Amino acid sequence: MVAFWILSPIMVAAALGLLFARKAVHAALLLAVVMICLSVLYLVQNAPFLFVVQIIVYTGAILMLFLFVLMLVGVDASDSVVETIRGQRLMATVAGLALGLLLVLGIGQVSLGAVTGLSQANADGNVQGLAQLLFSRYVFAFEATSALLITAAIGAMVLAHRERLTPKLTQADRAAQRMRAYAEHGTHPGPLPSPGVYARHNAVDTPALLPDGSPAETSVSRMFTVRGTIRPASASDVRMLTASVGDAATTDQERQGER
Amino acid sequence: MSGTPFVVLSAILFTIGCVGVLTRRNAIVVFMCIELMLNASNLALVTFARVDGNLDGQVAAFFVMVVAAAEVVVGLAIIMTIFRTRRSASVDEASLLKY
Repeated sequence: MVAFWILSPIMVAAALGLLFARKAVHAALLLAVVMICLSVLYLVQNAPFLFVVQIIVYTGAILMLFLFVLMLVGVDASDSVVETIRGQRLMATVAGLALGLLLVLGIGQVSLGAVTGLSQANADGNVQGLAQLLFSRYVFAFEATSALLITAAIGAMVLAHRERLTPKLTQADRAAQRMRAYAEHGTHPGPLPSPGVYARHNAVDTPALLPDGSPAETSVSRMFTVRGTIRPASASDVRMLTASVGDAATTDQERQGER
Repeated sequence: MSGTPFVVLSAILFTIGCVGVLTRRNAIVVFMCIELMLNASNLALVTFARVDGNLDGQVAAFFVMVVAAAEVVVGLAIIMTIFRTRRSASVDEASLLKY
């Protein structure tokens, strides 16, 4: 049982990290660690079917759903540290410790008895054994879960559904809008410039450089400007660019002097 | 190996999840802590199945997983709806039902 003694400290540490992680994304990743370790513990305890289901359903589907919603809600939405009820955090911690102490002491008092092991129950294979139970003794519970899953799916659709208040813009509408903007304000009707042109990197947060070395604002997403994570081009880049694209003999300073 | 260490680990994880639900403010993190509690109970169920030598505990753990999946879908949809109307995923913001 080496696996247990290796994995249990990792699991407890990751679960504690869940309590203290400021960012929700970190909490989700720590939960993934706990879940994968748990699946290994299932495998150790002769439950190969649950091992696979744990990884596919929990780590694969449920946690990805969590991350999906986190990205929709906004990764920056970190937890506030302000207590709304005074002393609530302290009291919750004390109550939690008391509960944990009670549980651990209670389990320590009882004896679970000799381990029978699953070698007999798993004789025909774990999946076959589970299937036999599911479709005989637990068949009504199994049918009820199917009803539950359908209800959950419909409920999620109803909750996430939003009535469209304005008519949907078609492609023709967008084209007409763009041409109207061109006629009224002279906005370029074509696509926006792509990021990184003439810059050293073509990452999406690196603005393209205009021939005079100034960054093209429209070439990067507005989000980067708001967050302030734009990587400006270095001065040597600009010098290289003006040397190769612009007039080879004139640098920025000389041009300033000419004016 | 006896089942007790596994059950103790499951109790510890359950407690941590409990404290998380009580202390965290972000609704999504609270949800994750609930998942941690469900997982901890699953570990205990699988351990009991091994100790008792039958597969009933594993079937129960399987049902817990199914219910957890359904619960997550509906819960996250509710969080999305709340976020859409209040622009916040904090559990403190959704206090309007009080008044």
